[in-house]
Amino acid sequence: MSNVPGDLKYTKSHEWVRSEDDGSVTVGITDHAQSALGDLVFVEPPEAGSEVSSGDACAVVESVKAASDVYSPVSGKVAAGNDALADSPELVNQDPYGDGWIMRVEADDPAELETLMDAATYEATLED
Amino acid sequence: MPFIPHNEKDVRDMLDMIGVSDIEQLFDEIPDALRLEDLEGVPEAMREMDIQRLMRSRAASDGSPLCFIGAGAYEHHIPAAIWEIATRGEFYSAYTPYQAEASQGTLQLIYEYQTMMSSLTGLDVSNASLYDGATALAEAALMAVRANRKSKSGRILIAGAVNPVYLKVCQAITGNQGLKFEPLGLEIETGLTDLTGTDSYEGEDITALVIQQPNFLGNLEDVDRLTDWAHSIGAMVIAVVNPISLALLKPPGDWGEQGADIACGEGQPLGVPLSSGGPFFGLLTAKKAFVRQMPGRIVGRTLDLEGREGFTLTLQAREQHIRRSKATSNICTNQGLMVTAATIYMSLMGADGLEQVASACIANTSRLAERLDSVDGVSVVFDGPRFHEAVLRLDRPVAPVLEALAKRNVLGGLDLSIDYPQLGNAFLVCATETKTAADIEYFATALAEIMRQARVA
Repeated sequence: MSNVPGDLKYTKSHEWVRSEDDGSVTVGITDHAQSALGDLVFVEPPEAGSEVSSGDACAVVESVKAASDVYSPVSGKVAAGNDALADSPELVNQDPYGDGWIMRVEADDPAELETLMDAATYEATLED
Repeated sequence: MPFIPHNEKDVRDMLDMIGVSDIEQLFDEIPDALRLEDLEGVPEAMREMDIQRLMRSRAASDGSPLCFIGAGAYEHHIPAAIWEIATRGEFYSAYTPYQAEASQGTLQLIYEYQTMMSSLTGLDVSNASLYDGATALAEAALMAVRANRKSKSGRILIAGAVNPVYLKVCQAITGNQGLKFEPLGLEIETGLTDLTGTDSYEGEDITALVIQQPNFLGNLEDVDRLTDWAHSIGAMVIAVVNPISLALLKPPGDWGEQGADIACGEGQPLGVPLSSGGPFFGLLTAKKAFVRQMPGRIVGRTLDLEGREGFTLTLQAREQHIRRSKATSNICTNQGLMVTAATIYMSLMGADGLEQVASACIANTSRLAERLDSVDGVSVVFDGPRFHEAVLRLDRPVAPVLEALAKRNVLGGLDLSIDYPQLGNAFLVCATETKTAADIEYFATALAEIMRQARVA
């Protein structure tokens, strides 16, 4: 059974979003996503300063079997990519909601988060 | 008889299975306007016996002229052992060995090839090859667009003289993906990249600079300076190289302070015959940091469960059979058979052998240029250092002179007046290690006679 923390927002494409105190949002991939991908060997987070639009591919996570896109759940400017993943892509497998975060975004419109799924709704999609 | 294994019933069964009544329905999504009903200009089918006779007579009409044309494809001596070994049943396949359990020999050969290419170019990683030098440059440009994440422009600068055919191929392959190729210009006194206008690029978003060494006109560019300049404006450096020349010249990985980022080029000089223009193969190597943006197959060495060494395709996650339309390339493959020949060629020649070939090419071209320069109405255009090609100028149009030489069994060079009109009546000659002193004398004598006759007329 996947871990789906109750305080996060989710997308259909298995990204999670957390609102930070400074108004930015942190984005990663869910426990379900990392487990489906298997051991990650490479993560390519976005460059700080680049613009992302919700629904756009913004990062790549690569396992031995496949390279998959991560889609930005919100529109805005990338404040930081998680550079630790360059040497330790396994952080995404080990701690998808913590050290395995992928990027921080300054969202253009904080209300955009309200359009994302809550934990219960996301969890229901996993059971389908 | 067409070699299609399924009969009408097989086709019917397959269509029934997928619920389609007519095979044409499978092509419905192609708009009528794009469909070609008949092939124009393709003659009626011929019998195999007649085709063989036609092809033999055409091959005979080629004759066996003395070839002094280089310009991207080079006549080198190919020791008999190379194709004797390459065409053995064990090697004789153009296909990529996906099944590691059945292809250890081929995989090891490609791994050795990659190692040799990395070492020749001074870069960390090589792929298993591409179609040819031109498509390798197109792939290198696309690779730079993916790898240079700070750049969004897709603007690729072209140093002085890069093979004009390569640029046309790059335009055709990448034009619709928004890449823009911008020439830096050529200094006509030196035949080298004109650096006078480069200040205007400071602060611009430039994705990469393409440097051909030796350049298309045979001249040696100041690659250190060009490389450092490109890096100083945030552009990556793509080297276009001739593998034979790397036996003597500084490898791209050592250019400037940081080295070129990607190297590509035509592999044909390494044991592949000219053969009317193909098949050839493209080489592509890069710094390790960019390996995930590298298109094509890559063979890796690993250990099996029992700790024994083995070879297998690696880093496939970004290839088209997995990543589909988002793959690093959807048009590339490796040229397995050509690479087999090249690997055997390099193994047989060794580093010393390659160096001897390269030195003999330089000496012969130098001899040829000097000898032709002594002919009335002919002069060597550039006097800087060069590899195995030289530009000569005539006091009259080039094309009729080359035609007259061809009648005397000499392919006298490439007419540059179309691609480099600013050089005047210029043509490009090459004398590899295959040319003897007698060949050079024959060429010079024939040229002198033609120049004299034309003057009389």
